[in-house]
Amino acid sequence: MAPGINNRVILGMLGVAFVVYTAFVYTSGTAAEHLAPMNDNERAGAQVYQDYNCVACHQFYGLGGYMGPDLTNVISKRGDAYARAFITAGTATMPNLGLAEDEIDAVVAYLAFVDKTGTYPAENYEVQWYGFVAQEDDPQ
Amino acid sequence: MMAARSSVAGLRFMRLGMLALAAGMFFGVIGGFQFLFPDFLRELLFTKTRPLHVSLVVSWIFLIAIGGIYFYLPRQCRFGLWSERAANWHFVIFTVTGLVIIACYLSGQFGGREYFAFPPVLSIPIFLTWILFGVNYFKTLRQETEPWPVYYWMWGTGIVFFFITYVEAHLWLIPYFRDTMIREIMVQWKSYGALTGSWNMLVYGTALYIATRISGDGKLARSKLAFSLYFLGLFNLMFGWAHHTYIVPSEPWIRSFAYIVSMTELFIFGKIIWDWRSSLTEWQKNAYCNAYRFLIAADIWIFVNLGLALVISVPALNLFTHGTHITVAHAMGSTIGINTMVLLASIFYVIREELPLEVHAGCSRQIRFGFWTANISLAVFFVALILAGIGKGAYAGASFQEMMLIIRPYLLVFAVSGVAMMVGFWIILWHGFRLIGVIQSSETIRYAEAEPA
Ligand code: HEC
Repeated sequence: MAPGINNRVILGMLGVAFVVYTAFVYTSGTAAEHLAPMNDNERAGAQVYQDYNCVACHQFYGLGGYMGPDLTNVISKRGDAYARAFITAGTATMPNLGLAEDEIDAVVAYLAFVDKTGTYPAENYEVQWYGFVAQEDDPQ
Repeated sequence: MMAARSSVAGLRFMRLGMLALAAGMFFGVIGGFQFLFPDFLRELLFTKTRPLHVSLVVSWIFLIAIGGIYFYLPRQCRFGLWSERAANWHFVIFTVTGLVIIACYLSGQFGGREYFAFPPVLSIPIFLTWILFGVNYFKTLRQETEPWPVYYWMWGTGIVFFFITYVEAHLWLIPYFRDTMIREIMVQWKSYGALTGSWNMLVYGTALYIATRISGDGKLARSKLAFSLYFLGLFNLMFGWAHHTYIVPSEPWIRSFAYIVSMTELFIFGKIIWDWRSSLTEWQKNAYCNAYRFLIAADIWIFVNLGLALVISVPALNLFTHGTHITVAHAMGSTIGINTMVLLASIFYVIREELPLEVHAGCSRQIRFGFWTANISLAVFFVALILAGIGKGAYAGASFQEMMLIIRPYLLVFAVSGVAMMVGFWIILWHGFRLIGVIQSSETIRYAEAEPA
């Protein structure tokens, strides 16, 4: 018996499948062609979001820390000025992190960018009998 | 027999890992209370306590697994490390980088992503340590002439996947990935899937290694069942991650594929340990009382967590559990209940092997007390998180503050049980740290004596 060889064959096949799959995930699986790419200001905002570690408390698409609310659609649901007010002054539970004026502009632009990528929680969806969910935002 | 092959590096990693866990739980407890009382230790904001907690406890998992490999290969498997110097450099570079990362967090320097919140340049030395480790591991195992038992495969896979996850976790630095939000978030979570997959491979490999050694039955780790488990785990590691991102509007095939894959995650691993347990004699169970105890606890937690994981991997149910504390229950249940229990088994297995005379001290009331305190409070902690998650998922209103008020009692139970759990683990760690220290000093002496002048 040569289990070593058989195992290597299985491992090789899994490896190839993984590479092919990864290539699809990196390209067509996540192309989201209907969305505009980020501009410079939004990109700066994304960095501000990371530099102040907003993700420790906030989520996009439910992913992140749970101390504060999900921010995916905060701009369309509450508005620009509302978001700006929270970020500028903080509240009893959200700290004022002391962002500079241009950082606030950038991070609000970034929130608006994220807002356009989809809806969370999904409002219109369909649950199939086998437990799969189709959402309105799914690329066609 | 001359004990010329040093295993001091492994012991050093183990002790560092225990310190990381002890400190990491402390920051976790502070963070838990900040959830309830945002003014609690306001100087040490939640933006700092959360990454401190996460990075330290993740380090614990890797450090103990790595320490085990550096220890078991030279000391028990007869394979002297290809380079002891590389292992020492690994330790030094990792420790220094870890301290710099802690300093960054404390001073509010972030810049990275969730789970890697430190400034991205610090990833370079960490990457370097894995190159040192990977080369050392594979070169060392060249001495093995027989087909590898499954734990060598698992350890090797864990190392390789760490590289993959690390590269993927930094792809956001490239505009092609960063500028398309959906791609960015999907690739980020793909990398986290590989990250947990990587440490699970290292940890499960360690569990199988110890189980094999305690039973003295080498067939366990060469059986078809063991290899099926390995390949199934690998399959899940590669393709199951997207159950974290069902909700993100990517192409639906990514989701349906992850759904199918996640459902294959069945009970094989639990079964192996279960079978192993019934094959042991009373003598073996008693002799290795601590290691045995922790492995059985891990086994029970595997069943609990698999059940929960299966439920939340169904997209229709995930719709309600996603973004709630149920996800946290899943993460804590598996990293504490499964990984930490296995790693403690590894530590106490080493202690039993190296200090057989201390074993009664090792089975002492204190460790038993710590063990039960930690497990019972983990159970309370786990249930409190699930209840908080149900409360959040079921909340239909639009006020975040109102929702937080509803789940507040559960979060309070969660925070308090977290303190009890920390105390339980601290007691265990104190003995582990102390006894591994004893082994380390005798090992250092033994090695110095064996070295030709
Ligand atoms: C320590 C945790 C914490 C950090 C860090 C944090 N926030 Fe908040 N944030 C909160 C909490 C809690 C709320 C809800 C506050 C309330 O309702 O009074 C909130 C609310 C908000 C809101 C309003 C959301 C809504 O739906 O009402 C916005 C916008 C926001 N935060 C943006 C940010 C940004 C941008 C950052 C990073 C620069 C950030 N936050 C960092 C905790 C945090």
